[in-house]
Amino acid sequence: MEMRDLEVHFDLRSSALARLLGSAGETVKAVDGVNVLLRRGEVLGLVGESGSGKTTLGRALLGLVRPTSGQIRYGADDLASLPQRRLRVLRRRLQMVFQDPHAALNPTMDLRTAIGHPLRIHGLVSSRAEARDRVIDALERVGLTPAHQFLDKLPAELSGGQKQRAVIARAIICGPELLVADEPISMLDMSVRAKILELMLDLKRELDLTYVYITHDLATAKFFCDRVAIMYLGRVVELGPTEEIFADPKHPYTRALLGAVPDPDPERRVPRDLPRGEIPDAAAPPHGCSFHPRCPLAFEPCGWEARDLRAMFERRWTRLGEDVFANEQPLVAALDDVKVGDGTARIRVPSNRQVSELAGLMEEAQAETPDDPLWRGVVGVETDDDTVVVRFHEGSDPGLLRSGGVDVACHLHDPRLRPEGAERRG
Amino acid sequence: MATAAVPPPSDMGDVGGGRGRTRLRRFLSGIARPYRNSHGVGRFMLISGTVLVCLMLVMAVFSPLIAPYGFSQVADATGERFGNHLEPGGDHWFGTSTQGFDVFSRVVWGARTAVTVVLLALAFSLFIGVLLGLLAGFIGRWVDRVLVMIMDSLYALPALLLAIVVAFLLAEHVGGGTATAALAITAVYIPQYFRVVRAATISAKEQTYVEAARAMGARPITIMLRYLLSNVVQSVPVIATLNAADAILTLAGLGFLGYGIQPTEASEWGYDLQRAVADAGTGIWWTGLFPGLAIVLLVMGLTLMGEGLNETMNPAIRVRRLVSITMPSIDRATARRDDAAGGTAGTTGSVDDLRKGDVR
Repeated sequence: MEMRDLEVHFDLRSSALARLLGSAGETVKAVDGVNVLLRRGEVLGLVGESGSGKTTLGRALLGLVRPTSGQIRYGADDLASLPQRRLRVLRRRLQMVFQDPHAALNPTMDLRTAIGHPLRIHGLVSSRAEARDRVIDALERVGLTPAHQFLDKLPAELSGGQKQRAVIARAIICGPELLVADEPISMLDMSVRAKILELMLDLKRELDLTYVYITHDLATAKFFCDRVAIMYLGRVVELGPTEEIFADPKHPYTRALLGAVPDPDPERRVPRDLPRGEIPDAAAPPHGCSFHPRCPLAFEPCGWEARDLRAMFERRWTRLGEDVFANEQPLVAALDDVKVGDGTARIRVPSNRQVSELAGLMEEAQAETPDDPLWRGVVGVETDDDTVVVRFHEGSDPGLLRSGGVDVACHLHDPRLRPEGAERRG
Repeated sequence: MATAAVPPPSDMGDVGGGRGRTRLRRFLSGIARPYRNSHGVGRFMLISGTVLVCLMLVMAVFSPLIAPYGFSQVADATGERFGNHLEPGGDHWFGTSTQGFDVFSRVVWGARTAVTVVLLALAFSLFIGVLLGLLAGFIGRWVDRVLVMIMDSLYALPALLLAIVVAFLLAEHVGGGTATAALAITAVYIPQYFRVVRAATISAKEQTYVEAARAMGARPITIMLRYLLSNVVQSVPVIATLNAADAILTLAGLGFLGYGIQPTEASEWGYDLQRAVADAGTGIWWTGLFPGLAIVLLVMGLTLMGEGLNETMNPAIRVRRLVSITMPSIDRATARRDDAAGGTAGTTGSVDDLRKGDVR
């Protein structure tokens, strides 16, 4: 199975007037240009923060959301463009295990019907007795024994772990090839999690399954996955074998994620350079590399833009307090309406203030935080009549590049862009 | 059917039966649940309402046996006319009316009419309302918009007026019988079921189990019927019971205004009331009292039942039965002796006491 340039975009609801006038509303790029090759029999982990697009990618793999563009090759078919009718037939080979087992089962359907339903939908059994036997077989495989006691149970009569087992039983009953597991254990009790993961590994061995394991939990990803794809804002930023990524994370974001894993040993203090700020608005992602505003190692080509300047001022004001904010905010008020991807920031000083004030402020800000990666991206600050013009280095989108055993999307690992000494710094 | 072909484990023989029994038991316990869980005023309303409704149902089902005469009979078997405005008593328990009908027979036959019409109307409006609500909620987009607009415009009309218009339109094609009255009432109640079911469908279709059904390759129709329907009709029984009461009134109103069932087709309380209006002034009380009483009793029964159901089944206003637990008083002497013995044999009695305090 192969994903090529896969994109899933969601249109944000725009006002009725805007729709009448035909202007397109904002778009959230939930999945934005993903290329991943999925090999038969492997476990691929999709890891990322919430909002990184990992669930959407998993759902797109099964055709549950329609990709905006790109291809999903599965055998001879392209799932992205297959009509629903043909897709339905393929669904028996592609199954999903959901995050919330309490919601994934129809509350009014007993287990016999619920688990056997895929068989009926695909016409795989000819009689009730056969369906019953298959259901019992599936229940036994997932460890719900004695199976006949569970046949007539309603989901409400089961515990969370049992429900998740039932969901897995329903997913495997048709003999699928690919199972997309969307955080299958995050809603379960700690005591049950390991058992469910073990069950999934057993099933993989017995039924020759391929897994796509979606999670935000690095510990289980390390335990469970053969390969891991780290996602950030709809893109895969690093993709490679699990051991290599955990032993030597290349992308600053991966490094930050691994640094955030809590360590149970109170004696050992790891330096935690957690990424600053929040995950950005997916409707207006940063220019260039999406991670650059939070990245401690960002440098010239990472895609600096006027919005980053505003963010820098906001950080400064949070640090220095309200008085500074009241004084400086009017000076840079022009930054409030910068657009996405502005390579130059023109800050017009209001008529009652001096342009030299702003120039002074810029110098002061730079002197105060010389380590802020933002300054590496600034090419020059010029003073015009009543305007300060800040020019940024031209940025570009990092693509996935081979670096050692992994693919990583970061300019730091691009030999053409890598600055001298980046290896040391990185 | 294919159980015979499979070499059976010992329990294989009654697979079908066992399964059917489970279903039946589940269904029956579903019906019994409100009666078991209710308490206090709610329980009183539910039970008294059910009794009244059952009485009326018995009257409706066995009306040929209960009523001494036919509903349009004006003469007895020998061909002798009853006479008009006979006082209650003798052959005519409730007297006779202006046209010389036996009032008791009219009341009993009227129950049959009312029950038939209301059941028909409920069945039609439930079917159409639930189906349209399911479609609108599930498909959304323009189907939803159009249907909602139609239903809202139906809602805008006063119920009785709408029923009159429909009855009037249908009278030419279907005639002035039970079916017309039922359809007229149907039109009034479709929007209610539509709204409730549509709202429930919209929230239910976002549930993971619906997506799971899509992921397993179910067709939209399968999703609607097997996954959504059973989850969105939960609140329908309560509305249906309350609507039934309302439907009786609408039916009577139609009959009273002369747009309902024609007197030759069936006996109808509203029509009888209307004929009795003139009698009231002249001291003939029995022609109006008994049909009116019948309407009140049936409506009251249904309303009590509906409100009682609502009280026990609606999670927003439901108050679960509280049972006070009386802790067993510990006999100090016994306790001390137990301590000394290091055993707890003396406490077995308290378990039963605790079990009485059945808290749900």
